[in-house]
Amino acid sequence: MSLAADIWEAFRSPLTDGWGQTLTHVRLSATALGLATGAGLALGVLCAKIGRGAAFLVITVSNLGRTVPTFALIALVLSVASLGFWPAVFGLFALGVPPILLNTYTGVREVDPGAVEASRGMGLTAGQVLGRVELPLALPLIFAGIRTSAVQIIATAALVGLVGVGGLGVIVQSGLANSQTEVLLAGAIPIAILAILAELVFGGVQRLITPKGLRLARRPAR
Amino acid sequence: MPEVRWEWIADHAEEIQTRSLEHLILVSASTAIGVAIAIPIGIAVRGRRIPFAAATGITGLLYTIPSLAMFAFLLPIFGIGVTPAVVGLVLYSLLLLVRNTAVGLESVPEAVREASRGMGLTPRQVLLRVDLPLALPAIMAGIRLATVSAVGIATVAVLIGGGGLGVLIYSDGIQRALFFTPIVTGAVCATVMAIVLDLLLVGVERLLTPWARARAAVR
Repeated sequence: MSLAADIWEAFRSPLTDGWGQTLTHVRLSATALGLATGAGLALGVLCAKIGRGAAFLVITVSNLGRTVPTFALIALVLSVASLGFWPAVFGLFALGVPPILLNTYTGVREVDPGAVEASRGMGLTAGQVLGRVELPLALPLIFAGIRTSAVQIIATAALVGLVGVGGLGVIVQSGLANSQTEVLLAGAIPIAILAILAELVFGGVQRLITPKGLRLARRPAR
Repeated sequence: MPEVRWEWIADHAEEIQTRSLEHLILVSASTAIGVAIAIPIGIAVRGRRIPFAAATGITGLLYTIPSLAMFAFLLPIFGIGVTPAVVGLVLYSLLLLVRNTAVGLESVPEAVREASRGMGLTPRQVLLRVDLPLALPAIMAGIRLATVSAVGIATVAVLIGGGGLGVLIYSDGIQRALFFTPIVTGAVCATVMAIVLDLLLVGVERLLTPWARARAAVR
């Protein structure tokens, strides 16, 4: 158990500032995720309403975005802008938008046309159809997108630490640079915990808001 | 906007080549090992609720661990070098490969399997000649996703001495006061590699499933 005690000691030491770096990490990730959710939702709904051409563009851009390594993306953004909280948030935001956008788009498009037709027939306006029928039905898929983004953003925020902005990656780097296993793990363990927490919390919310009849059938990832 | 210094690229052409090759080896070795481990697991758990949930639960947990943390965990166990890099990349590939194999096998129509049993095929023959070929598109989709994501994750392997294009991004770029040129070079090389490998795998899939093309042509 002495390694566990050493890791805890390293995490709490004022030099490492484990709690402070955790807070920075969470602030970076939460800000980026919040902005990405807003933008992804808005753009996704917009694309679903505009139609096929937009869909092709969105899917192409999102797939291309997926092939740029996140490490390279974050290093590029920080070298073009400057080292700092907001440039880092921008980089994380940029990689967080595609999953939410794509899932919102798919979710809204896949809503049963019968349900939309019926609600129009009941006299709902276009805005009401979107707010009361289409978005609620698309919600499980939208949350799946937010979950993917959250995990991705937390993971990449760790790489932001390597560039020197702050966050738990800073601790990992100092452990690497000084070959101190306990410091290395004092950074790595909280990073893993944050990512797994995000996955569990968003996964739980996703299950809660999915009506029984809508439970997604298992599909292979594409 | 910082400028790209072409003379740096010209001076380092050899290093860029070496690092790209290292990267390609990291990605292909780990995906190949991942396939060798995941397909048997996928076959073993298909159609069985609890084993399937256990396999996707464990590999899903591994998939959730951020790359920096994963490599940091593997470093004390495997030391510095290519080994922990490959081990980490293999662990990441498992979720996509296991899930797509199992789901692909489950989606083979029961009538087709029944017919092949009726023709006297042994269970082993049904698996090799019917199930796996029909599940191939799903399995290949998993391999493509795993490969593309491995190209990205492998850039982080530089931190544990795994080499590859991460050397350009990190050692030559980030650690030298965010020197822009090697970062762009690494980013472009990795992106191009991901796209080319993806297209190559699409080609492989078409070669392996000639019936898909035949069906499209007959129409």
